[in-house]
Amino acid sequence: MINRKYFYQGLKSLISSRSPAIALACSFIALGALFNNAGFNLQQSAASSFFTYALPGQLVMTESFLVGASLVNIFLSVWLVNFRLYPMSVALVPVLKHKSQPRWKYYLSCHVIAVSSWLIMKESYKKIDQKYRLDFWLGIGCGTLSAAVISTLLGYWISDYLTKEMMIGLAIVNPVYFLCMMIGAMNNLKIIIAVSSGALLGPIFYLVTPEWSILIAGIVGGTIAFFIKNKKNGPI
Amino acid sequence: MDLSSNLILVITVTSVATFASRFLGILTAENISDKSKLFDWFNYVAYSILAALIARMVIFPAGALLESTLLIRLLVISISILIFVCSKKNLVLPTVLSFILLSFFSGIY
Repeated sequence: MINRKYFYQGLKSLISSRSPAIALACSFIALGALFNNAGFNLQQSAASSFFTYALPGQLVMTESFLVGASLVNIFLSVWLVNFRLYPMSVALVPVLKHKSQPRWKYYLSCHVIAVSSWLIMKESYKKIDQKYRLDFWLGIGCGTLSAAVISTLLGYWISDYLTKEMMIGLAIVNPVYFLCMMIGAMNNLKIIIAVSSGALLGPIFYLVTPEWSILIAGIVGGTIAFFIKNKKNGPI
Repeated sequence: MDLSSNLILVITVTSVATFASRFLGILTAENISDKSKLFDWFNYVAYSILAALIARMVIFPAGALLESTLLIRLLVISISILIFVCSKKNLVLPTVLSFILLSFFSGIY
């Protein structure tokens, strides 16, 4: 079913010096506290992190719920804000594929696609035998998903003890983690161009169209990088 | 409708909307090879989208970060990146430090 050796190897990426666990913990603790203040109960908070497992979407959901938005509006705004998961999974699944792996594993594994796990997999897949990459990926995914759910519960319980300053501090950890991972991933000219143009265009487009800015910036930035000629193409 | 069942609906709708993108990605990727041009394009778009998302989170934040100034956020991030580069790409140090620094600065500001 699942190759244990590779599954554990993936799971172990959570306890290395490059672990995403701290960044995940900080952002989901803050989310748990937010859920508590918004009137969610413990089970609902855990269920949201387990079944949605995508921070920006969960934030949008909470905000929309608090202002009394309709279900259709919530669906559309969450879909738009989490649409980044679509290009991310298209850019990930082909490297996980192997003919010996059953189809159900792909469907199961797509649920754990998130920025943190995606960046780790992109960084390490070349070192893993293609036959077992899916097992390695499920290991990372189970680890990061569990960390997210546990941290949500923790944040829910300790929300009364979190000061305003601590909430502000918690909120910066995720961007710092992602930024460091992105800098680590910038190992060829095309990725450098994709990342810098996205970072530059995102805030500029935000001034024109806040909802669509990230998607448009990503498509424009990615397309520029795609067409740049690069003689010495490093690993992607 | 009472609050609790309404919340369950809200959580379900959010989860379905999120899973849709992931699942659509799997379906699209079925016939794409990791050696193809299309895969490359999706790869650059994904990196670029993530960069745009991070830039937006820092420059136009939502939630708690709104209560800090852009200058302090940029300062904390610069220090964290410097530590990341100097510590042979250790990620624990810069993330923990960024939390401590920003909490501290927000307290005295």
